[in-house]
Amino acid sequence: MAERVMMKGNEAIAEGAIRAGCRFFAGYPITPQNEVPEYMSRRMPEVGGTFIQAESEVSAINMVYGAAGAGARAMTSSSSPGVSLKMEGISYAAGSELPCVIVNVSRGGPGLGGLTPSQADYFQATKGGGHGDYRLVVFAPASVQEIIDLMYQAFVTADKYRTPAMILADGLLGQMMEPVTLPEDKDLQIPAKPWATTGMINGKPQSIINSLGLVGEELEKINVRLQKKYQEIAANEVRFAEEDVKDADLVIVAYGTSARVAKSAIDKARAEGKKVGLFRPITLWPFPSKPLSELAKSGKRFLTVEMSVGQMVEDVKLAVNGQAQVDSFGKLNGTIPSVNEVYDAIIKSFNSQGVA
Amino acid sequence: MEKVFGKPEALQERVFHYCPGCTHGIIHRLVAEVIDELKVREKTIGIAPVGCAVTAYNYFNCDVQQAAHGRAPAVATGIKRVLPDRVVFSYQGDGDLASIGMAEIVHAANRGEKITVIFVNNAIYGMTGGQMAPTTLPGQKTTTSPFGRDVETMGYPIKMTELLNTLEAPAFLARVSVHDPKNVNKTKEAIKKAFEYQIQGKGFSMVEVLSTCPTNWGLAPLEALKWLEANMIPQFPLGVVRDREGVAQ
Repeated sequence: MAERVMMKGNEAIAEGAIRAGCRFFAGYPITPQNEVPEYMSRRMPEVGGTFIQAESEVSAINMVYGAAGAGARAMTSSSSPGVSLKMEGISYAAGSELPCVIVNVSRGGPGLGGLTPSQADYFQATKGGGHGDYRLVVFAPASVQEIIDLMYQAFVTADKYRTPAMILADGLLGQMMEPVTLPEDKDLQIPAKPWATTGMINGKPQSIINSLGLVGEELEKINVRLQKKYQEIAANEVRFAEEDVKDADLVIVAYGTSARVAKSAIDKARAEGKKVGLFRPITLWPFPSKPLSELAKSGKRFLTVEMSVGQMVEDVKLAVNGQAQVDSFGKLNGTIPSVNEVYDAIIKSFNSQGVA
Repeated sequence: MEKVFGKPEALQERVFHYCPGCTHGIIHRLVAEVIDELKVREKTIGIAPVGCAVTAYNYFNCDVQQAAHGRAPAVATGIKRVLPDRVVFSYQGDGDLASIGMAEIVHAANRGEKITVIFVNNAIYGMTGGQMAPTTLPGQKTTTSPFGRDVETMGYPIKMTELLNTLEAPAFLARVSVHDPKNVNKTKEAIKKAFEYQIQGKGFSMVEVLSTCPTNWGLAPLEALKWLEANMIPQFPLGVVRDREGVAQ
């Protein structure tokens, strides 16, 4: 029987990872994700895995690099300033094609910022963050249950494409409790990793984990291969959810916590006869550009709701490509927008030019 | 006819790219000989640094991970914890280990990670073209200390072996040199002990090897060996400073 329990988002990150076969965790304390390493420190020994409290975020991601290169399902978690520190290692993991999972329970920035929830790390997660032409597969859960589901998906996707994946949550998702159904112990089909550095045992050829290409043409080849992989991911791994979109004049585009608030505001507007729907990207990269473009073609307009100045709105505008009006509502304070604030933004958008 | 000298199996059939007179080649060979003698090549995983030895995966005939600058001990930690029965060693230079990777080496040593670190100290940044290293000698001219290292503003050379010796956890810490055959033999003994202690599960081991950089020192190979002996050894005294077995006896 599947287990039904109340769980905090941060605990769900850890338990979801363990149930996805994660057996190596390295992390450094930072609010608001401390329950992740705390949970891992007591849970990992039960499943024969490794927990290490690293000396720094930099070390944590590099321990994950080593563990992933040795063939383990490995992860680290942090929050915004800590994730900035990990960017070097993330770029190396992408370049060396190491499957691993990085969790960002994000908080307000820039700089030390604050401890409260924020979505201002969208650019960092989806547009690079570290150096070089690389991509992270970025999953954005909107509930504790979805955290459990996407942790599993993140490890599967990382392994499938030999690439790092990120879970981009926020402090609210990390701290709130919700009932979740824990998956039964699956027969985890972790793919064989003949490329891993496990030793040249029984005639296994030499494995090299590396991102160096000293000769220009050699490096170009590496990058061409990486881009081909990213195109494949973009073609196969896009995830999104829609609610009340079919008859909508205005489509709210929001992910994670913002989507939860937007849903309540949409219900309020619908009660007044305003046709508003919700489009929720679940993968932030690859971004669901095609379905958004199709919605734009069918005459719908858009309003993005984000807990930042408006970062994802740029991807929405790229997807819509001038076919429809795109408004943006951003909450800057490191606080969560209220239902009324989003409702007001909906009304404002309705009253602006071009809306029936 | 008996073959009395050959290439260790733990080295690949490839010519080193190192500059004439550079002692990386000797140190690579000693590590490979030790791996052969201990019969652990197939279960050895090396970590290549950023620096002149970045392409060590082209030379060592074992699995290798290339690590970001200074991060080799963290990468080694990840590998060893996942594969505790393998032999894991990092090969790092002085900029890598004693400057940008100071946190990683100190904490890997302090956790007593069962890994072996080969620390090649030649008092200069080689690959980037001869800049000042954390181990550059007082008064030594480099491309970023053109008037000589001024200890008033640039500090003193860091003695990593002694620094790590302040920690409880390490099992074996030694400083050796490869400036003459006698010391090459001593270096091999130390490297062998470091690997043996890892295999025996005793804990963290590091061998600091004083090395030359004729190109960036601006010296001919033989002069470089003499310069090492005359200038580096007084600053970096040779010897075993930590031997867990010795303490236990």
